[in-house]
Amino acid sequence: MSNNIYLAIIGMGLATYATRLAGYWLLQGRVIGGRLKVALEAVPPAILTAVIAPTVFLEGTAGMVGGAVTLLVALLRAPLLVTILAGVATVALLRHVW
Amino acid sequence: MNRDEFVQGLKDIFPMTIAYAPIALLWGTVAAGQGLSPLQAWTMAFFVYSGAAQFVSMDLLKTGTPLVLLVFTILTVSMRHVLMSASVSRHMASISKTKASVLLFWLTDEAWALIERRALERPITANYFAGVALPLWPIWFSFCALGTYLGNSIGDTARYGLDFAFAAMFIAVLAGFWKGPSTALVLFTSAAVAVLAKLYVPGAWYIILGGLAGMLVAVLGYRANEQ
Repeated sequence: MSNNIYLAIIGMGLATYATRLAGYWLLQGRVIGGRLKVALEAVPPAILTAVIAPTVFLEGTAGMVGGAVTLLVALLRAPLLVTILAGVATVALLRHVW
Repeated sequence: MNRDEFVQGLKDIFPMTIAYAPIALLWGTVAAGQGLSPLQAWTMAFFVYSGAAQFVSMDLLKTGTPLVLLVFTILTVSMRHVLMSASVSRHMASISKTKASVLLFWLTDEAWALIERRALERPITANYFAGVALPLWPIWFSFCALGTYLGNSIGDTARYGLDFAFAAMFIAVLAGFWKGPSTALVLFTSAAVAVLAKLYVPGAWYIILGGLAGMLVAVLGYRANEQ
């Protein structure tokens, strides 16, 4: 790998920063109402779900049971750290057993 | 008061700081396998600061992809950040545009999820954003470089289930967004489209496709209520 790697890093860095800025700047000075408001309100649940769905549903028993246990603990209003530990421990245990 | 906000951010992100190191180490070992030096790995992790982008770039650099195509691919992989950034901008009205633009450099999936969670209760301050977003950065670039330095001498981190910490945190945050049956439709659509895209669409399109599908369903539902 040559020194071109640093050129690649600059390009990649600009690309990731641009996406992080884009959503913010696209909405500056805009009145958010109607369909745009509804669409933006759906971003957190929709993106959170899309990120985790393959991990939960495509990785066998450990992913599905781990996901279910995590959700249950979260719905019991446990602190975030406890919820994460419950999920991680369940997955580690199931992977060990299988 | 302001200092409290920063400290609260630190507290909220704390569980993720533990889960971050193994992922960074793993990327470092992959980077070492592709011939990156620890300095090159450190530089990339410092400026790119995105696990998804960095992992994808390792595949592309290996095959000698042209720079333009590399940057384009990184843009598509990072497209979810456009939606995340648009969504958090709603809660950042009290932060100056300059300050917000600087802070957004550290917008990661993890920090974003926690900011959205916080925003369910109160507006986001610059200090909270900094507290929740900054700690992951030094951990990320340090452990990425360390992973490259250590190379393949590290065992399989999946064994400890730590790779699931990220998903667990997202599930925990997700639980707070339940607003009745209309949410169920969004969740179901996003999950179904993301799983199908993961299975049948090459590349990392599943997040943006699943996300957009969920948003579309929400907007369609809104129009139906109006008529």
